[in-house]
Amino acid sequence: MQVHKYDVVIVGAGGAGMRAAIESGQRAHTAVLTKLYPTRSHTGAAQGGMCAALANVEEDNWEWHTFDTVKGGDYLVDQDAAEVMAKEAIDAVLDLEKMGLPFNRTPEGKIDQRRFGGHTRDHGKAPVRRACYAADRTGHMILQTLYQNCVKHNVEFYNEYYVLDLLMVEEDAVREDGTPYKQKRAAGVVSYDLASGEIHVFQAKSIVFASGGVGKVFKTTSNAHTLTGDGMGIAFRRGLPLEDMEFVQFHPTGLAGLGILLSEAARGEGGILRNADGERFMERYAPTIKDLAPRDIVARSMALEVREGRGCGPNKDYVLLDLTHLEPAHIDAKLPDITEFARTYLGVEPYTEPVPVFPTAHYAMGGIPTNIKGEVLQDNDTVVPGLYAAGEVACVSVHGSNRLGTNSLLDINVFGKRSGIYAAEYAKTTDFVELPENAEAYTIDMIETVRTANGTERVAQIRKELQDTMDANVQVFRDERSLTEALNVIASLRERYKNISVQDKGKRFNLDLLEAVELGFLLDMAQVMTVAALHRKESRGGHFREDFPERDDENFMLHSMSYLDPEAVTDQTAGIRMDTKPVVFTRYEPMVRKY
Amino acid sequence: MTTPTEIPEGPSKVELAPGVGGGGEIPSFDITLKVRRYDPEVSEEARWDEFKLTMYGTDRVLDALHKVKWEHDGSVSFRRSCAHGVCGSDAMRINGRNRLACKTLLKDLDTSKPILVEPIKGLPVEKDLIVDMEPFFQSYREIMPFLINSGHAPTRERLQSQEDRERFDDTTKCILCAACTSSCPVFWTDGQYFGPAAIVNAHRFIFDSRDDAGDMRLEILNDKEGVWRCRTTFNCTEACPRGIQVTKAIAEVKQAVLSRSI
Repeated sequence: MQVHKYDVVIVGAGGAGMRAAIESGQRAHTAVLTKLYPTRSHTGAAQGGMCAALANVEEDNWEWHTFDTVKGGDYLVDQDAAEVMAKEAIDAVLDLEKMGLPFNRTPEGKIDQRRFGGHTRDHGKAPVRRACYAADRTGHMILQTLYQNCVKHNVEFYNEYYVLDLLMVEEDAVREDGTPYKQKRAAGVVSYDLASGEIHVFQAKSIVFASGGVGKVFKTTSNAHTLTGDGMGIAFRRGLPLEDMEFVQFHPTGLAGLGILLSEAARGEGGILRNADGERFMERYAPTIKDLAPRDIVARSMALEVREGRGCGPNKDYVLLDLTHLEPAHIDAKLPDITEFARTYLGVEPYTEPVPVFPTAHYAMGGIPTNIKGEVLQDNDTVVPGLYAAGEVACVSVHGSNRLGTNSLLDINVFGKRSGIYAAEYAKTTDFVELPENAEAYTIDMIETVRTANGTERVAQIRKELQDTMDANVQVFRDERSLTEALNVIASLRERYKNISVQDKGKRFNLDLLEAVELGFLLDMAQVMTVAALHRKESRGGHFREDFPERDDENFMLHSMSYLDPEAVTDQTAGIRMDTKPVVFTRYEPMVRKY
Repeated sequence: MTTPTEIPEGPSKVELAPGVGGGGEIPSFDITLKVRRYDPEVSEEARWDEFKLTMYGTDRVLDALHKVKWEHDGSVSFRRSCAHGVCGSDAMRINGRNRLACKTLLKDLDTSKPILVEPIKGLPVEKDLIVDMEPFFQSYREIMPFLINSGHAPTRERLQSQEDRERFDDTTKCILCAACTSSCPVFWTDGQYFGPAAIVNAHRFIFDSRDDAGDMRLEILNDKEGVWRCRTTFNCTEACPRGIQVTKAIAEVKQAVLSRSI
């Protein structure tokens, strides 16, 4: 075992982690730990754009952007955070341009902007051109540009270091009202070097979690194989709450049967969805902005079309994305990559044929709760000194119950930057927290238990059954029966997980072992998501309960907070305690959400 | 401010041709996958392992490797992440050609013969299909792959014409998968050569109108291990999973070095 000491340790090297590293690295001794190589991170798969009210091509302002974000999130957005994001969006885009990001340009040479779902002019009157973009590879360009700037600033990376534990100490403390509580404080992380199988402990004054999402709990997903909810899982296992975990975004246009993402930019550039009758069905569901309605509404509309028998194909199980009325030159200039995906993976020529699509699990709105500085909360308002989170792993909450397209690339830049600055500034003012005794023991035990296990169950089989049940029961439509069914399956899979074995017993690049550890996080996170979904007896944003189809502001205008608690039982699930946290309102009263 | 360009509005309803959007039964077929194995913890000798698999028409080489790992032999080791050709993790030699496993459909290969999968060449093999990428990234870092601009930063964005933006568009697509560099015969014999990927990334900045450090990069690439090592074999262009005209980019950098020295 080796011990390293840094002022700031950043876990994850996607957009949020590297944006944080660029700030932190110039202020404090910083290391970035990633289980991949930085340029492999899934930020690179984002396509369509990053919204900011630059007003380069038509009138726009950050207040409209804030409103759209709040309404898009079905009013579960913390409005102070949404204001910060929409205001700082403009500098976030300009920062990237100055770092070298090759945005598409207007004829005057300014950053070009295009339409995107849910982004409107003047509080919903019409779609607005707000998304700054680089063809349909905006995320790729952001990831490359941030990595390039990390190279420029000599940021220290530990590639293929898989972080498996967060080290915290607890101190007795007293609240203002006199009640005693345990104050957590960040001390370091424990990581597993994939190349050697060695354990490395990193002691740090500040730690930033930026490790991404958890899409792999589902079978049909746009997410990378490596998005297994590790960061959320580590925090949860160490007693930190997870916020709003029931809210998962299903992106409307995944390639049917595969889940590979086709950007919403396809609809921003004029593409439309059709059912088996050739009908543009979004005219019925969102008469004003039609195909550019927010993703939760479009995904649900698609699923309804299929359920009511108007799906396409031999099994009537998908709808069509029609680009055939667009000029091939326009498609080539604005959507080159996604049209190539359709050709490569489905053998469909988008110039002349509509593309089969169906919703695909895309984004976790929930995550580790933070305030607008990126500081992690151990309950509704107590900050964990030295611990930060940003990006998909975090919940600020700027996305509420449904994220608008492009707001994730924005989130990682705005809150990545903020958490990097605040983490470094905090590190300058404080000493290292002493590491707990035997800091690495828990991780070594976890690794060795998996390595030496001699059970009969296969990791891949358990994972497949988990993903199947999540797709069947916790997808676009949910009800008490489906969620209970999912929880029963998850419980039995958790039992079977105790009886796994891995075939690779070596130390070097033991990715067999890695997948087994990842499955442990997937099982934990699937359970939390499902319990939270069962607990929210209303429909809001990405969470649609068929048994409670209306939004219920009286009882549920609240964030959910899930805690690991061995004593607790929630909805027949032992070990999870559900709590709530108020939503922050500044200027927008909840209204009926119509588009 | 410009007037927004009009986007054509598609019709509310269209007649769909019968069978539109594909579909139908996905055909299955049997393949033999031969994987090059090497694990120095077990043996210093590399070997071939053979797997018989039933696969489907939409499956890619990555799906076959996953089937092996998940159902037959968990110790078979390879990198992968996004699984649709944008993260660059799974470049490997497939039937002797550098490809991304996630972008190579099995049905496009000759499935009557064994499909051979090996690690990319010219970088030290760590285990099975996993190579040490550090020498590759070292070359990348040496060409200063970041925008260098000596002027005062404007308050708004730097302006760039659409033509100037288009000038380097092709080389911005690079995902650093190393398929090009590890397909280059010069790189195989001379590991010091910068290799196509580093030159592609230099090109991306040399031809960016906002960048001021083109001369410095050209000086670096005028080195004996720089662009002049390129023998124009076009392997790199054929290998690039992003369709970048790699050889053309190298030629343009060579030309820029020459015109600069005149």
